[in-house]
Amino acid sequence: MKIGVFVCHCGSNIEGTVDTAAVARASLEFPEVAHAEDVMYSCSEPGQEAIIEAVRSKGLDGVVVASCTPRMHEPTFRRAVERAGLNRYMLEMANIREHVSWIGKNREANTNKSADLVRIAVEKLRRNRPLTPKRFDITRRVLVIGGGVAGIQAALDCADGGMEVVLVEKTSSIGGKMAKLDKTFPTVDCSSCILGPKMVDVAQHPNITLYACAEVEEIGGYVGNFTVKVRRKATYVDWVKCTGCGACMEKCPSKKSHDSFNEGLGGAPAINIPFPQAIPKKAVIDPAFCRQFVKGKCGVCAKICPTKAIDYSMRDEVVEEKVGAIVAATGFDLFDHSKYGEYGGGRYPDVITSLQYERMLSASGPTGGHVKRPSDGREPRSVVFIQCVGSRDKSVDRPYCSGFCCMYTAKQAILTKDHIPDSQSTVFYMDIRSPGKLYDEFTRRAMEEYGARYVRGRVAMITPKGRKLLVRGADTLLGTQVEVEADLVVLAVGAEAAKGSPHLAEKLRISYDKYGFFMESHPKLRPVETNTAGVYLAGCAQGPKDIPSSVGQGSAAASKVLGLFSKAQLESDPQISQVNLARCVGCAKCESTCPFGAIHMIDFRGQPKAEVIETVCQGCGICAVTCPQGAVQLEHFTDNQILAEVDALCRF
Amino acid sequence: MPVLAGRELRIVGFLCNWCSYGGADTAGVGRFTQPTDLRIIRVPCSGRIDPLFVVKALLGGADGVLVSGCHPRDCHYASGNFYARRRLEVLKGMLPVLGFEPGRFEYTWVSASEGQRWQQVVTRFTEQIHALGPSPARDILAPRRGLASGKGGDSARA
Repeated sequence: MKIGVFVCHCGSNIEGTVDTAAVARASLEFPEVAHAEDVMYSCSEPGQEAIIEAVRSKGLDGVVVASCTPRMHEPTFRRAVERAGLNRYMLEMANIREHVSWIGKNREANTNKSADLVRIAVEKLRRNRPLTPKRFDITRRVLVIGGGVAGIQAALDCADGGMEVVLVEKTSSIGGKMAKLDKTFPTVDCSSCILGPKMVDVAQHPNITLYACAEVEEIGGYVGNFTVKVRRKATYVDWVKCTGCGACMEKCPSKKSHDSFNEGLGGAPAINIPFPQAIPKKAVIDPAFCRQFVKGKCGVCAKICPTKAIDYSMRDEVVEEKVGAIVAATGFDLFDHSKYGEYGGGRYPDVITSLQYERMLSASGPTGGHVKRPSDGREPRSVVFIQCVGSRDKSVDRPYCSGFCCMYTAKQAILTKDHIPDSQSTVFYMDIRSPGKLYDEFTRRAMEEYGARYVRGRVAMITPKGRKLLVRGADTLLGTQVEVEADLVVLAVGAEAAKGSPHLAEKLRISYDKYGFFMESHPKLRPVETNTAGVYLAGCAQGPKDIPSSVGQGSAAASKVLGLFSKAQLESDPQISQVNLARCVGCAKCESTCPFGAIHMIDFRGQPKAEVIETVCQGCGICAVTCPQGAVQLEHFTDNQILAEVDALCRF
Repeated sequence: MPVLAGRELRIVGFLCNWCSYGGADTAGVGRFTQPTDLRIIRVPCSGRIDPLFVVKALLGGADGVLVSGCHPRDCHYASGNFYARRRLEVLKGMLPVLGFEPGRFEYTWVSASEGQRWQQVVTRFTEQIHALGPSPARDILAPRRGLASGKGGDSARA
């Protein structure tokens, strides 16, 4: 075997702390290395051409590229060796950037370590063999989890592209957080006017199946062929019969159910349609407050319902759907501001969250669009907004910027002036972050045209003073203490990952960061893909985003799905397990440990033997370790290859 | 090429491709400085790590072995790290029987986002191995390895 080694400078990224020429020289000493050179940028066109040229002119059988992480450029170099006429699996990479040059400054130690990593790669490559992918059919349907604006956009784009879409929404209506907003920045157009028609499109689209009040329970399978179990929660109303007339809501004697759509501002009847534009516009009974469930007698809604849709005996139902791709658009939750005891959230009724304020501003909200203090129903004259509540604060474990709070606070200050012309808004801020199109102009308008008073500094304490609240803080620009008497305090609460998102990530087998947001495959180059093939991300599930970005990501995820489905068949990764029938004793241990059910037992000349279903195997290699005979080997990561790497490392 | 005599020891790391290898990459991208003793072998899943790989490394003269995978319940292959945990826990109990200090082997969980955690794990483990010093297996096995050194590890099964 003739091996070529290419040591990349990566500009100064590697060459700055690694003597790449010395690594190349040292590589020539390794077994079967016939060619070694250092190249400026191996991923560039001249770099790839150099590899191809060397393979052809020197007759190389395999290539080692010592450069960045294989998680970045392995596909790039695989394509390059393929262009040179080799099998794409005759390539190994030594990660001398992320694992060497970027983590240590000592040039001698780094050079040593780089040579070691090249040696590991050479020893592994010597035992590589050409692999050919198999092809398999795909199910051209997509599951979208979450019916907020990102999920709606992804579902509509996929459906318009001709794909069948299953949209699963946890609550009883799609719309997400955007449906709760009154107006949107920076255009101040009404939220439901721009979202409403999209929601109707979802309901009307022949390619979309909508499951509201439903949650994903189990996900099995792999890209192209996922099997998803969806739990449709009991709503106690037959949605086929329910026409959404709302008669039941009016007559329901229990009005104390948690009104989650209005952020708990008003009570809701135990049987409820959350808002007039709800999709689907169907009633749901909250059994925790329904007298029929709590006391065992009532049945008013069942008597009043003109279509006899009420069914108190309804049970959860699990449906199974087959899809080829999944878009996770589960959105975000609001930070629990009661963690800031000094702001008195939860104790003082006139300290509310920004989303509660949004409901108050909305004409379809619990106050009919009139701004009122929750405590006494009076119109506030002085409104104080406090920004960064649960954002950019390490002390509450939220060091990140939630991104959109600066903008919605400016919008709310503007709307306050519109609603109550003689009011005065005061905004306590840390920095103003308004980098979007027309965003900075918008915040300036809030200050200059609408007279909102912006004070740079944190609020230390809110205390009651008669009917008012006394807000004490610092003005860090003037270097003074500030006291403002407020009728109403609005906390600009930050975004955090939706509750249960780590749980869903585990079902999807995707990574999430330490705050629970789903991790993209690459923050810049693969922002909507995950490391699990066929699973894509959209919206705030990946990190806080405003509406334009969420919609953009929804469309991006949809385009990825359509791209995936544009192929007649998918190629399976050939780095999978193989059974040596001569060694297999048919104990079936591998069959029982495989998490994908990719191994089944066959009858081979009268004896039981294991067989790998090649398109199902995902290449984890659990079976290879389980096999007591060493009969199952994972291609590209065989025992011999790993042991050869160990051996190469233990050489002195 | 030898490790830097007197300054580096030989630490073998087995890392799963999805979480910990990604975490080590994240640590690199974040320029989180680490000792250079550890060399990483990439495997698809911590469930692919045969405990015998660890034994082979230690018998071969490695001064320490570090295994890292995805956090339990967060495995790319659904349950690979549960298998790893069970197998490696058994191995841990066996190592003293083979004459190795238990501190020479450790397994841990690092996710792809935890660059800083990876830095801490590597730094702490390297310090721990330096405190233990060179492996006793080195002296015992040195002559034998000298004989076998031309061939690479073809002695394994299958």
